Amino acid sequence: MSIKLGVPSKGRLMDKTFDWFGARGVELTRTGSEREYSGAVDGVEGVDLVLLSAGEIPRELAAGRIHLGVTGTDLIREKLVQWDQKVEPLAELGFGQADLIVAVPACWVDVNTLDDLDAAAAAFRARHGFRMRIATKYHRLIRDYLRAGGVADYQLVDSQGATEGTVKNLTAEAIADITSTGETLRANHLKVLEEEPVLRSQATLFRSRMARLNETDRQALRGLTETLGV
Amino acid sequence: MGVTIAAERAEAVRLRARFVEAGAVNVDCAILQPAETLLDLYGEDIRARAYVTQDPARGEVMLRPDFTVPVVQMHMETGAAPSRYTYCGEVFRRQEEHPERASEYFQVGYELFADEAPAQADAEVFALFAETLAPYGLRAVTGDIGILTAAVAGLKTSERRRAALMRHIWRPRRFRALLDRYSGRGPQPASRKALLAAGDPMAGAGPMIGMRTETEIAARIEALRADAAEGPLCDSQVQLIDTLLAVRETCPYALEHLHDIAVDLPGLLPAVDRFERRCEALAARGVDVEALEFEASYGRTSMEYYDGFVFGFLAPQRPDLPPVATGGRYDALTRHLGGGRAAPAVGGVLRPGLLLQLEGRA
Repeated sequence: MSIKLGVPSKGRLMDKTFDWFGARGVELTRTGSEREYSGAVDGVEGVDLVLLSAGEIPRELAAGRIHLGVTGTDLIREKLVQWDQKVEPLAELGFGQADLIVAVPACWVDVNTLDDLDAAAAAFRARHGFRMRIATKYHRLIRDYLRAGGVADYQLVDSQGATEGTVKNLTAEAIADITSTGETLRANHLKVLEEEPVLRSQATLFRSRMARLNETDRQALRGLTETLGV
Repeated sequence: MGVTIAAERAEAVRLRARFVEAGAVNVDCAILQPAETLLDLYGEDIRARAYVTQDPARGEVMLRPDFTVPVVQMHMETGAAPSRYTYCGEVFRRQEEHPERASEYFQVGYELFADEAPAQADAEVFALFAETLAPYGLRAVTGDIGILTAAVAGLKTSERRRAALMRHIWRPRRFRALLDRYSGRGPQPASRKALLAAGDPMAGAGPMIGMRTETEIAARIEALRADAAEGPLCDSQVQLIDTLLAVRETCPYALEHLHDIAVDLPGLLPAVDRFERRCEALAARGVDVEALEFEASYGRTSMEYYDGFVFGFLAPQRPDLPPVATGGRYDALTRHLGGGRAAPAVGGVLRPGLLLQLEGRA
């Protein structure tokens, strides 16, 4: 038996994760052909590498099918109900930083706070006959955030990509998405509300609280966390 | 939980029989309800509390989160006042915050539509629940959203501010934030100050995108300017609302207290009179009004359709359980669903599954 470490299967997130582990004496590598999703772990005993889509890692951690996983805080919070009972953050990896924010058209000079957004939403509904649409893929996080902020008369519309374009395309009035530099927002004539972000996210190493461990697994987990210094 | 669905259903049927004895007609409604009506009514929040699913032909549908809305619709299509209805069946609620709570459970309801004598109707429903629940040693709490709305309607301030406060009666934190802002207690954001000071607020606004037009933006700026010119809401007015919201005592003392507040807020009087007539009607039905609790802020955070009398029955020995029964008056809901035509109504629901748990018959 061995414990399973889930890591994003492609792109910058995978490369940076490999670098982070490598700098701490644990070498992660992909094996086989360029397109095959299998990998190897050197430097510690009893750890298997599982390459997964970053979006699936929260679910796998919660189900206990992997013991450790690297993914963004945003995905953990959005996808897991009572996330802190299912996973424990072990280390922030210092990359993949992004804020989950609410943005409105820059031309809305009268809207800068949630208070303004609520007032604009009320007037919008009275005028247009439907609730103001906010495009996002982070439905649970945004709904909780807007409820806590006392915003009413809005509706969430699902947008799984190119969310910044929805306002110009008239399929939404505002958006909620992650952003790191804000450049895409500015290019699409949007501005971020002057509030604390809904969430500050970065790539984080999580431990599953749901995965079963026998004595050998426990040793392997201890060996890995000690080597990593987390 | 330990209570089987069969046991819960049997208890629900038994309780419904009591309500039929009390003169109600037994009704039922579909489990799959069109989502649009409920979304329109409750807003996006309902998605966090109800199960929404997709039907290929009908679009979004919702597993019924309660019976009230379909019963009101049915009554307004076919019924005549006075009418009394009862029902029992499962309702479905997502429990993201409390996964330990049931997401599927039975409700037994009693709804009374009566155009006249609202105090009598309120008392009839409450007394029926009090009598039905008497063996369980529950704590009854009452309130009246109508008193709070009357207080807001009577505030010495602009119509725009009253409307904004009224819109957030059911969101206590937002209501408080608005009061703070109107009374000048909360700081004004720098961006708001800059906007109000700007000669041409649209200078540098960039291209107009989206459906919200420049006219709408200008209208809001105009409203903000008017609000700034109005000056702060008088402290004494805020104190009246604070005093009112803090009223929490037995009905006779609450009534006395509210009469005192009404001296400075005469707009409150009709609502206080309604409360007084309700107390009389309750006493006439044998309810111990002297001991009955009244909380002015009760019912503000529940489903936001109650707009008058509200009540709840709680199990003091089990603070972990949600209320065993809740109810209230929902005239505004009927007006909304009836497209302006109202059918004054008051009703309540109780949860047989919780009663079984309390009995220890689990």
